[in-house]
Amino acid sequence: MTAQRLRKGGHIDRTRPLTFRWDGTSMSGYAGDSLASALMANGEQILGRSFKYHRPRGIMSAGVEESGALVTVGQGAKQDANVRATTQPLYEGLIARGQNAWPSVRLDFGAINSLFGRFFAAGFYYKTFMGLPPFEWGRGTGMWMRYEKIIRKAAGMGTASREPDPDRYEHAHGYCDLLIVGSGPAGRAAAHCAAKAGCDVILVEQDAALGGDTLSQPGNTSTLQGELSALRACGVRLMTSTTAFGLYDNGVAGLLERVTDHLADSPSWLPRQRFWTVRARATLIAAGALERHIAFGDNDRPGVMTVNAGRTYLNRFAIQAGENIVIATNNDSAYTTASDLADSGASVTMLDSRHEISRSLQSQCDAAGIGIKLEAAPMKALGGKAVSGLTAAIRKGNSWRTDGNIDCDLLLVSGGWSPVVNLLSHRGIKPVWNPELACFLAPASDEPIVAAGSAAGVWDDSACRASGEKAALEALELIRNPAHRAAAQTPGDWECPIDPLYEVRPVKQKLKSFVDPQHDVTTDDIRLAHHEGFVSVEHLKRYTTLGMATDQGKMGNIIGIALMADALGKEIPQVGTTTFRPPYTPVSIGALKGRNVGPHFRPLRRTPMHDWNLDAGGTMTMAGLWHRPWFFARSGETISEAYVREAETVRRTVGLCDVTSLGKIAIQGPDATELLNRVYSNPFAKLPIGKTRYGIMLRDDGLVMDDGTTWRLAENEYFMTTTTAHAAKVMAFLEELLQTRWTDLKVHLTSVSEQWAGVAVAGPLSREVLAACVEQPTRVADETLPFMGVVETTMREGIPARIARISFSGERAFEVYVPSDFGPAVMQSLWDAARPMDGCLYGLEALGALRIEKGHVTGAELDGRVTIEDAGLGRMASDKKTYVGSALRKRPEMVRKNRPRLVGIFPKDRREIFNAGSILCAADNIAGYGEGWITAVTHSPALGHWIGLGFIKGGHEAWQGQDVVCADPVRKGNTSVEIVSPHMYDPQGERMYG
Amino acid sequence: MLRISCPFCGVRDHSEFSYGGDASVEYPALDASESEWVEAVFQRENLDGVQFETWQHIQGCRMWIVVERDTRTHAIHSVRPAHDGIAQALNAEQDGVGTS
Amino acid sequence: MKPYSAWKVFVNGLTGQKGWDRAWRDPEPKAEYDVVIVGAGLHGLATAYYLAKNHDIKNIAVVEKGWLGGGNGGRNTTIVRSNYMLPGNREFYEHSLKLWENLSHDLNYNVMFSQRAHVTLLHSPAARDGAARRYNTMRLTGSDGELWDLETLKRNIPHLNYSADARFPIIGAMAQPRAGTARHDAVAWGYARGADQQGIDILQNCEVTGVERNGSTVTGLQTSRGVIRAKKVGFAVAGNTSRLWRMAELGKLPIESHKLQAFVSEPLKPLLDHVVVFGVGGAHFYISQSDKGGMVFGGDIDWYKSYAQRGNLPIVQDVAECATSILPCLGRVRLLRHWSGVMDMSMDGSPFICKTPLDNLYLNAGWNYGGFKASPASGWYFADLIANNRPDPVIADHTLDRFARGINIDERGAGPDPKLHG
Repeated sequence: MTAQRLRKGGHIDRTRPLTFRWDGTSMSGYAGDSLASALMANGEQILGRSFKYHRPRGIMSAGVEESGALVTVGQGAKQDANVRATTQPLYEGLIARGQNAWPSVRLDFGAINSLFGRFFAAGFYYKTFMGLPPFEWGRGTGMWMRYEKIIRKAAGMGTASREPDPDRYEHAHGYCDLLIVGSGPAGRAAAHCAAKAGCDVILVEQDAALGGDTLSQPGNTSTLQGELSALRACGVRLMTSTTAFGLYDNGVAGLLERVTDHLADSPSWLPRQRFWTVRARATLIAAGALERHIAFGDNDRPGVMTVNAGRTYLNRFAIQAGENIVIATNNDSAYTTASDLADSGASVTMLDSRHEISRSLQSQCDAAGIGIKLEAAPMKALGGKAVSGLTAAIRKGNSWRTDGNIDCDLLLVSGGWSPVVNLLSHRGIKPVWNPELACFLAPASDEPIVAAGSAAGVWDDSACRASGEKAALEALELIRNPAHRAAAQTPGDWECPIDPLYEVRPVKQKLKSFVDPQHDVTTDDIRLAHHEGFVSVEHLKRYTTLGMATDQGKMGNIIGIALMADALGKEIPQVGTTTFRPPYTPVSIGALKGRNVGPHFRPLRRTPMHDWNLDAGGTMTMAGLWHRPWFFARSGETISEAYVREAETVRRTVGLCDVTSLGKIAIQGPDATELLNRVYSNPFAKLPIGKTRYGIMLRDDGLVMDDGTTWRLAENEYFMTTTTAHAAKVMAFLEELLQTRWTDLKVHLTSVSEQWAGVAVAGPLSREVLAACVEQPTRVADETLPFMGVVETTMREGIPARIARISFSGERAFEVYVPSDFGPAVMQSLWDAARPMDGCLYGLEALGALRIEKGHVTGAELDGRVTIEDAGLGRMASDKKTYVGSALRKRPEMVRKNRPRLVGIFPKDRREIFNAGSILCAADNIAGYGEGWITAVTHSPALGHWIGLGFIKGGHEAWQGQDVVCADPVRKGNTSVEIVSPHMYDPQGERMYG
Repeated sequence: MLRISCPFCGVRDHSEFSYGGDASVEYPALDASESEWVEAVFQRENLDGVQFETWQHIQGCRMWIVVERDTRTHAIHSVRPAHDGIAQALNAEQDGVGTS
Repeated sequence: MKPYSAWKVFVNGLTGQKGWDRAWRDPEPKAEYDVVIVGAGLHGLATAYYLAKNHDIKNIAVVEKGWLGGGNGGRNTTIVRSNYMLPGNREFYEHSLKLWENLSHDLNYNVMFSQRAHVTLLHSPAARDGAARRYNTMRLTGSDGELWDLETLKRNIPHLNYSADARFPIIGAMAQPRAGTARHDAVAWGYARGADQQGIDILQNCEVTGVERNGSTVTGLQTSRGVIRAKKVGFAVAGNTSRLWRMAELGKLPIESHKLQAFVSEPLKPLLDHVVVFGVGGAHFYISQSDKGGMVFGGDIDWYKSYAQRGNLPIVQDVAECATSILPCLGRVRLLRHWSGVMDMSMDGSPFICKTPLDNLYLNAGWNYGGFKASPASGWYFADLIANNRPDPVIADHTLDRFARGINIDERGAGPDPKLHG
């Protein structure tokens, strides 16, 4: 291949030369070049190596179907592997290099694989590498894993950077009446027609330049520019470098816009790429068609390209890809290219597999001095690393015979065209084989999606325009009338029919003919798959890896299917096709994730006192999406020292804890009491106004869902708190009950979790602290606010507050809720009162210590698998009423006597430490599932040693005086423990009630 | 992306909603037998075809709705409020608008 | 039977690959079989294989409406592990893992089971304690499992996101070294070839259209290739179970069909040598790299019931967010393909291998989205059930009536909502 840049023509900007590097060598090209065209103009032929045999690969196409010229672009953290050189716009300073080769793509030692190619047939790896060769002796996976290491190193194509991707990506959203995919003649005509009719149109083009096939036609682009101006004038939104990569349900399309991938210096305010979610009322596919190869010997040699690629490099990039060119075709489409190339001064010979062509094509060739051989095709490409000629074959009856050699430096092949039905396939629309045109076409769909132009099997430029207009009118009708069924386009306009030719193989010729050149799938592989019974098209694909390379079968699928049909003696429709899956072309994971990464991966919830807590020396921990205070270390304190001090202080004086993250629901209405009585397992019908009650909700299946307190504020008004973890779940469940099951109940629910900030004030001095902070201290006196009492009052400065005397710590304690904005002020006020009393701030760790001492359960115990009895709260569940879960909570296995029950755990040697997550075993049988497990542990300042909560079969009564071991093989090993009542501190609750 | 026409908010992406379950399940009265509850809680028709299903517009109006949808194609045929009383009120209102 | 071996590959290389047999026959249906398994997926094929191998029952057909291995067996993210905690699941998946370890030799087919370790990232002390219970149980029941501190994790997988700035900083991991990945198609083909070699008829393109009953006894199946009589019938059709159940006029099941998406990137030189799992803040994500070099990954189901084998964008985005959150270098890696399969989600996330209300009809279903790793044991125990008409103690609770009995084998504690399991 002796490519040369022409001095004029093409759509490159010769006034803007660009410098780039290829494999360390500096080269130049022009603005408007693709990396492939620039490399071609610089005489580079070998740009890649194939997956398995490491055969040299050159440019095979001029578009997204490229299967050969896969290169690595960029370096360092911005290294992009597997970039198709044919679609990468050239920019100043671009750095590219070959991949899957060592030391380089030109001289690759991996090519030694080629010598063993005869052993590397399709699926050979399923038949060996199991054990010791040659007869696979042995057991287990040891041998395979040794082989696998080597195989993994050899496989893969490019190398990805291991550094974090430094680029930024955006998500964008679009809405339109009509989404048009493709800016070729059909797409433009459709856009014009639809926009004129008042439609809001988005037209997307994957190329950096608008025009589609028009850009590959000879001549300048003034007409095209005029058309595009007209489109803009009538309001069409034109998007370039934007691929519609997938069609999803209900008219949603995914688009990838490459914003700066073509820029040398991207402005910092621009993202690298945008992922668009577009919701369209109708979609029009004018994505064109992809030209196919034909399988013949060594058809993967650099210098073998599609005819359309030759035409595109000539007319768009002003590169004559060869001087002495053979064009092999089975259809009319190649002839315009032949004429264009002959006009540019190349010598052109046509090999047409058909036995006749139209007179007009014949005379066109005669006029241009193009020789034509009919019933002829290439049998084998000649040459070493690049094509130097070919051995031709001529058709005799039903078979091919060799027919001498022809010299050439470029071999262009057209095996027919495959309309881009991929997007329709995403919608589950199965393409139907059209034998006249030898291609799959999409049938009419039930969804508002229409195809036009070459995507619908229409080839001629003017016919494509007409097809675009017609399709636009159908789309408009679909928008107006969803029941409308779009009529299919009338495809095909060639003068002489195509000759469905997929492989040229004279009898008894041994050829290496590639079907999928990237994965090195040969025609023999297809036949071997057939021979071994992998005849379903999906088995064929998976066994041979046909169509699984980065082009996803754009180049080879049809040939593979045709060969399988031939081997089976069936027609192509009986073999069928595999389903195209999104994305149409690969999409960076970065674009799909957008900005939701790093610290922004998930929303972070902070309480109104977050900054206050931090200022007060708090260290945060995560609780679901929340950040909550974990502990408040004083200088020099470790976390353990801090939480032990905090817990001890709460029991001795008073402590303050931010409990804002609890779920809070306002429940209002005449049936509010009834609702609560139905959802809580304990009685709620007679809760007096001004009182609160701890309640446990069960799921429908009778297991515990959540717990919390609900406060009665007025006759028809309650304030419910839920756990932090289940706040959203409880709210949605209550809404579901009221809207779907108990529609007669008059209750209104409002989530007020974010409206109220909450502080727990706990400890013997808690009342004193509170009294100092409310406007009327009598409102919080023992008489007015006894245990489980509720008041609505005002804090100092007139801040409204809801206060309940409830306790999670087991001490005399209050929960104070104030409107969120007042949270920090009230926190400060409480702290100002508590600090002189030797009080403390405490976090989740101390909260945990206090509740474990008391045997109070949290999510660690209520893990969705426990019954209310398991949790030691069975006495609360009412037998006098029915409620959610009451029907199912007494199923046989759930009331079994020896179920694991909540217990407390002490280390036998009180100096020992043990871990949550350990398994409780009888000391004489430390194996299997054991007898129970530990859910939480803490050092108990009150008891002076480590304690735990957990579950053990039969509860603590069953294990009194028995030797139990807490087994923790993944961490600490075994520890001897005692099983005790879960109420390890102040079991009578004297401190809490007093 | 499913696009669900919320009766209260208009057409929205399904990511604003959360899927509930089979709307044909009739939850028995709280005092119904254990076996009735087992049937309602655990047993599903699991239709391949058009089914009525509940969704909640959880990031919108928080209303529970019943969507008639084909589980083979995801095509949505109808949407109505799950609460019958609200559905009737909505219909009446829309009829009123239509005739006035 | 001509066994596969390096020697055979060598000889066939020299002789133009002419010496290979068909991997399986394409037989015509016989009028009657001792056992007919519906569904030539991994579970169905494994069942047939073990019926012949372990129980000497050879007159078997496996009927398949499409192509063998074409359901979830050919669509999954190929993870094999046994890190289950609850009785029933624990022994079952451990047995499966043991079968996996020798499966290539057993089938004489390289299923490429690579024990590259399954690593679950940890982000909080509470999560570590929760995971510790699981891994302690595994260790005490004879399996393997390790707690990796941050240093060990960094040594093994240096390019995870260890930034303190991460939304959920990583504090360590739980690992099961014996776990890993396998080549999913090869498992189907290996079992199919193994079954075929024992005389079992695999009938592809043979869709079941009806169930023949004589009162409460199943006597055969109507299929697109005619009526096939059977002494025993086993259903192993994953997401299509409810459809067959209706054909047998059996009403409802504790199963819903949901779709799960799966993703693969362009092929890359080795980037990740382990299976990594990430689950925090409501996220769920798993990733490994195939031997071909593609990053294979997935996340949660799409959250709504579906029989369509195609997914939607919210989960695509979610999965991409998870991917780049733990492996920030993946931002530039390109997604090559995403697809979806129909999962038979059960009410507690655990399967059913059991008898049915009809005599001679057996059910294998409810695999949620963990069925791939289960395939060998699923076939093993289902074959045992069918052959002996009584369940092995390991699967004694994998019955349809377990909910009525009050048994939930609920590893996630998520409750009776199929979309919450997996």
